Amino acid sequence: MPLLEVTDLSAGYTIADVLRGVSFTVEQGGITAVLGANGAGKTTLLRAVSGMLRRRGSIRFDGRAIDSMATEDIARLGVAHVPDGRGTFLDLTTEENLRIGAYTRKDRGAVAHDLERVFTYFPRLKERRYQQAGTLSGGEQQMLAVSRALMLRPRLLLLDEPSFGLAPLVVQDIFSIMRAINTEEGVSVLLVEQNAGLALDLADNAYVLETGRVVMSGTTEAVRSDEAVRRAYLGY
Amino acid sequence: MEAFLHQLFSGLASGGIYASLALALVMIYQSTNHINFAQGEMAMFSTYLAWSMINSGMPYWWAFLLTVIVSFVTGIIIERIIIRPVEHAPVLSIITVFVALLVIFNSVAGWVFTYTIKTFPSPFPQQPLFGNRYISSHELGSIGITLLVLVALFLFFRFTPLGLAMRAVAQNPLSSRLVGIRVGWMLALGWGLAAAVGAVAGMLVAPIVYLEPNMMSGVLLYAFAAALVGGIDNPFGAVVGGFMVGVLENLIGAYVIGTELKLTVALVLIVGVLLFKPSGMFGKVFVSRV
Repeated sequence: MPLLEVTDLSAGYTIADVLRGVSFTVEQGGITAVLGANGAGKTTLLRAVSGMLRRRGSIRFDGRAIDSMATEDIARLGVAHVPDGRGTFLDLTTEENLRIGAYTRKDRGAVAHDLERVFTYFPRLKERRYQQAGTLSGGEQQMLAVSRALMLRPRLLLLDEPSFGLAPLVVQDIFSIMRAINTEEGVSVLLVEQNAGLALDLADNAYVLETGRVVMSGTTEAVRSDEAVRRAYLGY
Repeated sequence: MEAFLHQLFSGLASGGIYASLALALVMIYQSTNHINFAQGEMAMFSTYLAWSMINSGMPYWWAFLLTVIVSFVTGIIIERIIIRPVEHAPVLSIITVFVALLVIFNSVAGWVFTYTIKTFPSPFPQQPLFGNRYISSHELGSIGITLLVLVALFLFFRFTPLGLAMRAVAQNPLSSRLVGIRVGWMLALGWGLAAAVGAVAGMLVAPIVYLEPNMMSGVLLYAFAAALVGGIDNPFGAVVGGFMVGVLENLIGAYVIGTELKLTVALVLIVGVLLFKPSGMFGKVFVSRV
């Protein structure tokens, strides 16, 4: 059984639907990438899964229907969302940003342990530990956003364009850590990306979204070798 | 000199009360961007509750404690039942609701407890403490209790997970929901805390201004001035502003314009800050990079 199973999902902000009849899955321990151009509905897709907007259709997480649950309850089930714009608490310190990620957890000892573990993934954050998060660079804030999500001890990580606006080296860094998190800790990932090359390197399965519909899906090899995808998203 | 010191201390005492009420205003403003115009009337109503308990023979401190708890719960209930449904309404609708709350509390207090002015006891002795000549026991006690409340709030917001969550919600409600914080309840908790702090301010000011349904109207104006002077989005600023306004009001009242015009000081401060420095002394100086 897939960890996340979305069937015939339609969603939007006001009256019009942005997503129309989208279906996809994320396997247990797998990485699924959703590719698409600006305005294809990628961010909307993640927000719909997190219950941040009006949606219709079936969303099942670990066999449980979450399509009418509130955002905070979905998070409490173990779905961590790294949002568009990184969602940093600018006035809080780096450490407070991380602690807030573990807010719902009661196991204090394990939280302290996870904090250290996150610092080994991203030593830069340890240097910035007591600094106001608003003063961190874009890359550091992205590291912070991923780390805050990990502090929830999630089973599913929703990543909204983690490469956005970052220097190539930082992006490589973040992506290799993502892989480590996936293989070492078994966290499943739903990744939404404009940078198709990066996303296909990381993922097992991929879906291509165009104006709110899935136009192609399959294993990453299959999607990568598709003529149209290659031209439109990989540029060769 | 003696008279001056006396004015200064009594300014600090009332300043502490303004600081508490200003802090209550700021707590709600920070998380919702709304000014609760009914904050003063809620405090007045709490003071009446304390008065009833004391009158029915309850010892002062028990009545004090019970009033704080009841006010806290009432604050939460008001947010859940009255404020929540209009959360996303236009600003004018929300202001209307606040004004309605103000009028309702005021009238209900008048209806239940009558408009007759009542005395409210002070828990502190009549004689000045330590035989000093500058400050009465009640003033000294008020300053003490105010500082106690402020320190407790600071510790709560700074060092507890719940306090951290409330600060997070004030800054970024969306991100807070994504980590599983129940934002609605945090807002309600903020209302509860504001009501509790307001209740303390009411009980401390009542022995000075006497108990009647309109007792807080002046105090609320000073609290507004305090919050604005300090910076409406800054709790620390509200506290500093409160003490400043208290001292200024007393000194200017005593030496410059006379006690009858004291309230004008608050109004001049409000208009002055809004005209010349709308962010106040400690208003948000935000450092951020994109």
